Amino acid sequence: MNIVIAMPEIFLLSTICLILLLDVFLREDCRMITYLLTQVALLATALLAYGAMDGEKTTGLNGMYVRDDLAGVLKISILLLTFVVFVYARKYLKDRTIWVSEFFLLGLFAVLGMLVMVSANHLLVVYLGLELLALSMYALVAFNRDDGRSSEAAMKYFVLGAIASGLLLYGISILYGLSGKLEFAEVLTYVSSQNVLENIPLLFALVFIVAGIAFKFGAVPFHMWVPDVYQGAPTAVTMFLGSVPKVAALAMLLRVLAESMGAAQPGWAQLLLVFGLLSVFLGNLIAIAQFNLKRMLAYSTIAHMGFILLGALTGTTEGYSAALFYTITYAMMAAGGFAILILLGREGFEAETLDDLKGLNERNPWYAFIMMVFLFSMAGIPPTVGFYAKLSIIQAVMQAGYLWPAVFMVVMSVIGAYYYLRAIKMIYFDKPEQTAPIQAELDFNILISVNGVLMVLLGLFPSALMGVCSAAMVASRL
Amino acid sequence: MTFEQIIFYLFSAVLVAAAVGMVTVRSPVYAALCLILSFFTSAALWLLLEAEFLGLVLVLVYVGAVMVLFLFVIMMLDLNTDPLKEGLVKHAPVGFVVAAVIAVEMILVLQSAPFQIATPLNPAPANNTEALGAILYTDYVYPFEIAAVILVVAIIAAITLTLRRRPDSRKQDISQQVQVKRADRVRLVKMKAETKEQA
Amino acid sequence: MMEILANFFGAFLPEWMVTLLIILIKVVAIVLPLILLVAYATYAERKIIGFMQVRVGPNRVGFKGLLQPFADMFKLIFKEIVIPARSNRFLFLIAPLLAMGPAFAAWAVIPFSDGMVLADVNAGLLFLLALTSLGVYGVIIAGWASNSKYAQLSALRIGAQMVSYEIAMGFALVGVLMASGSLNLGDIVRAQSGSIFSWFVWPLFGLFLVYFISGVAETNRAPFDVAEGESEIVAGFHVEYSGMAFSIFFLAEYANMWLIAALTSLMFLGGWLSPFQGLTFLTDMPVLGRVFGDGIHWLLLKASFFMLLFFWFRATFPRYRYDQIMRLGWKILIPITLVWIFAEGLAIALGWKPWL
Repeated sequence: MNIVIAMPEIFLLSTICLILLLDVFLREDCRMITYLLTQVALLATALLAYGAMDGEKTTGLNGMYVRDDLAGVLKISILLLTFVVFVYARKYLKDRTIWVSEFFLLGLFAVLGMLVMVSANHLLVVYLGLELLALSMYALVAFNRDDGRSSEAAMKYFVLGAIASGLLLYGISILYGLSGKLEFAEVLTYVSSQNVLENIPLLFALVFIVAGIAFKFGAVPFHMWVPDVYQGAPTAVTMFLGSVPKVAALAMLLRVLAESMGAAQPGWAQLLLVFGLLSVFLGNLIAIAQFNLKRMLAYSTIAHMGFILLGALTGTTEGYSAALFYTITYAMMAAGGFAILILLGREGFEAETLDDLKGLNERNPWYAFIMMVFLFSMAGIPPTVGFYAKLSIIQAVMQAGYLWPAVFMVVMSVIGAYYYLRAIKMIYFDKPEQTAPIQAELDFNILISVNGVLMVLLGLFPSALMGVCSAAMVASRL
Repeated sequence: MTFEQIIFYLFSAVLVAAAVGMVTVRSPVYAALCLILSFFTSAALWLLLEAEFLGLVLVLVYVGAVMVLFLFVIMMLDLNTDPLKEGLVKHAPVGFVVAAVIAVEMILVLQSAPFQIATPLNPAPANNTEALGAILYTDYVYPFEIAAVILVVAIIAAITLTLRRRPDSRKQDISQQVQVKRADRVRLVKMKAETKEQA
Repeated sequence: MMEILANFFGAFLPEWMVTLLIILIKVVAIVLPLILLVAYATYAERKIIGFMQVRVGPNRVGFKGLLQPFADMFKLIFKEIVIPARSNRFLFLIAPLLAMGPAFAAWAVIPFSDGMVLADVNAGLLFLLALTSLGVYGVIIAGWASNSKYAQLSALRIGAQMVSYEIAMGFALVGVLMASGSLNLGDIVRAQSGSIFSWFVWPLFGLFLVYFISGVAETNRAPFDVAEGESEIVAGFHVEYSGMAFSIFFLAEYANMWLIAALTSLMFLGGWLSPFQGLTFLTDMPVLGRVFGDGIHWLLLKASFFMLLFFWFRATFPRYRYDQIMRLGWKILIPITLVWIFAEGLAIALGWKPWL
């Protein structure tokens, strides 16, 4: 058996174990080493993943593992995004003296789960990767255990997440009962031989699986956990939760729906259409009514996830690449947006409401500018990357023949722009309520600046990233 | 009827009764005990099917460890389950609908091709513990390892969420206690024997 | 012999009843001697600890007090079983049976000599682990059903203790099954044949110690008997029990001790195998050869030695404090087994099998 094929995962797991052991013996004031090792591990794994991209599609480990360019792109984006998120999170943990190495370790385990999902070629592996990710996330949400809201959020997340896993698993088990197979290629062979819309048990399986995936995205009507968890979790965790796992969720969608059940596209496209439109609608509308910044961003996430689902439902290469592009850029802006929230908070004070943004320009013009870029990008205003991402999704949707959904998406984007612009107005035209100085260390400043500038640069020259996305899709025959 | 069939029906009856009891009895302790009984009888049924590894592991893990801790918690808490039971009649129709849907789905699935076989595809291995081990550590080694990682995460999460080092708690360092030497505790003092006059 | 019986019953009974009868006869053939062993274990314990403490021990009933166990038994049988007020009557009465059931059922897979076993199952070791893990229920339920705070405390202590030590015990058994390559107890013993130096106790010495220590903890014997802890919680889970109900707990405890003793001998000391194996000039002697050769008497002898250790511990060691018990289990025994298993796995993978 060729285990070398899973080198990035094996390397990451070995490093995690090493860090875990080392951390136990480190003195309290040397805990920084854990953080540094974590970041080195992420970068090294990204290098390994990059080295494994050879334009071929290879399966290994008894058909459970797949290595292709899509996996490579997804893995590198997950690892780099996590790197950025951890830099931001370090400030949060240090400011609040809740520095625990477990944050980084559980984060690494979550990353490992995501990598497993990304490279899965077997429904069992998808499920296990998902559980690995989810379990680490539950613990992360609760890790500030003296905070009642954080525990409550973790409990909600755990219970609902367990139900979603149950739904997914039930769907997979029905599919297994019907086909007797779990490997993607074999499931595809079975699904291709069936008339999907006539086969009732298969439709049942499809509904359960799509519901499980939609939950992980936080799409309406499986969105109830999103605002509560975003609000309750420590901001550093919200930032992680709200950015990186979205990439993994898209990977799961691409692997499970597009790859193994591509032939059933007419079946799941209808479901995704409903979920996507509802998410875009409800997410944008309810976000307007939110004054808690974290809740607002949560509803905005729901709307964004609707876009991604709509892009993916087309079943075309353009649609998939647009969804991938959207997910990666969205994860970048979400991480940046939450990073600004971290910046505004300090020990004993969490920046959570819209009022905390007031007069940011007076307090620090550069951060205000970056925040404006992120908000513009989320709203989809040119020349930021958010505009191009939305545009490419809408194009793909129209090309696939969904005219009215495309029109609806445009309308909802315009409505959604209102609450982003409201926040920008507060940043630039309102008097500050807080006067505490905003400061951060060099690494934080560099990264947040790069992050903000990238939003504009990618908006001006999207073809670089878009080219990578569509090349990956083509190489993976999606 | 053979001896095995009699045993089978006996255990099945106990299993069904225990499962019904688990849902219907009032006391939570009895409910937990019913659950234990149903685990145990299903393990016995598996043994009858010569799936000895699964049967014994069910007893070992669920009955021997998980349910002990379950029972532990139930006994420690003064549970008042009456409010939970109040909705029983109200929620029963929903429950029955869900159960019916699941039953229909299962029937539909069971009619599919993979279940329409008269004889087993492979002869049952004589020693299924060995067979399971062989397949877990070769064909399925990747998911098996991931499952192991999930368990590690569970341990780390549990420790992170519960371990508290309170600086004010008085706690002994046992390894220090154990390493104590005689010289640290007892001092031998040489004294001259006392004479009668001194006493 | 069983065929003769089967033919005899088969003449006038249906097939399934014959099967049942044969099994029952075998069960009785194991349980009756076991109960006798238990009865005399109590006598031996009192005599041995008496000797260690320079006392006489029981010496009134029968020659040198040999009938003492029977006197105790009759006393207990005729005592009233008091059921405490506001206790859970059903669970209170069923708890002793739950404690005794697994303690006796485990003997089904014990091979007393080559082929002398009630159920020669493939997964015998797993079966044993599963059953020893069940024993805790009797105690927990007894503690809870008694409606007494001492009993309840004891139930909690014992529950945590047994679940903890089961892990170390299970790991020690993993080492044994790695060495023997089988879960069948008969095969495990046969894998140790050759000479006294092929017994598993040599390569697996650490696991042997861990297993026996965990065994002492599993049976709640001194120095791990915090569940009884007379000085703190009176008598623990059986404080409310009297008469036969109490004696059944007693029976279960001693049956478990014999079980641990027998298992330790089977898995580490070659069970029924003679220590003189390979010394043909001894085993080939006309009459004495049977004594020096393999047989059930060696198992009995080895098990009795471990019983002696049980008593010896009780006479020697002061009781562990509760946190020390937990520390020993989790922080010492489990790491030892893990390292040992790892090293053993390495040895097997590299082809060093000194015991094969």
